[in-house]
Amino acid sequence: MADLDFHALANPLRFRRLAVLLTPWLLLSGLSVLGVGLWLGLFASPPDYLQGETVRILYLHVPTAWLALGGYLGMALAAATARIWKHPIADLLVQAIAPVGALFAGLCLVTGSIWGRPTWGTWWVWDGRLTSMLVLFLLYLGVIALMHLHDDRTKGARMAGLLAILGTINLPVIKFSVEWWNTLHQPASIRITGSSIHPDMLWPLMISAVGFSLLFAAIVLIRMRLLIAEQQLEARALRRAARAG
Amino acid sequence: MAQLPFIVAAYVVTVAGVGTMLLASWARMRRAERRLESDR
Repeated sequence: MADLDFHALANPLRFRRLAVLLTPWLLLSGLSVLGVGLWLGLFASPPDYLQGETVRILYLHVPTAWLALGGYLGMALAAATARIWKHPIADLLVQAIAPVGALFAGLCLVTGSIWGRPTWGTWWVWDGRLTSMLVLFLLYLGVIALMHLHDDRTKGARMAGLLAILGTINLPVIKFSVEWWNTLHQPASIRITGSSIHPDMLWPLMISAVGFSLLFAAIVLIRMRLLIAEQQLEARALRRAARAG
Repeated sequence: MAQLPFIVAAYVVTVAGVGTMLLASWARMRRAERRLESDR
């Protein structure tokens, strides 16, 4: 059980050893599952009776939206952990998730826009769901900007973490925007109580979502390894400079 | 309106976006880890 101990993983070197073990598995399983999911979505699932063939874009759009939201929540929890428990890995996790989450939020917006043109007849509308999703994308960019704003990395990380935590206010706004306001965006088709999607479409969607999730985790882990290596290089350079000076 | 170009565009953008981030992150990580090993 020692390997799974939360506090034991606060040691970057111990975390790195675990990350080195997990990265290839996450990467290979992510690519394989995503490949199967997208193949099923493109070639094996039927067209929608209303949307036609454009429904196939939803096998990208929906998982990227889920991961943009889930990634943000993970980033905010890591920021809170870093502030409360001063967990060194949590700070790195915020830095690792931010660009990946921004990419997925951006992909959700772009694929949604591409889907909207043939389906709604427009690339964009300023409705509740689309606008709150754009705010999420901008929050990710804000977190990334704040991380690099300060010469003092600790200060930058603290400000970025604070924005990450405050930005969680936007998550319920995104979730309930389709119920609070009149929007072009359809309400949720998948709920805890069940789904209104036909199994022929639901399965490819779920498999794609699992594949994207594994890939998201793999990229975050790769970026964690990068940040740990850079931190170690910097520490060594400082030690050398101190010895020389 | 032809739907195929929209589907192709969405898949190309997603694969290119995720692929670029994955490869760029991997390359940077390998470079940093190699420097760390050679710096010992």
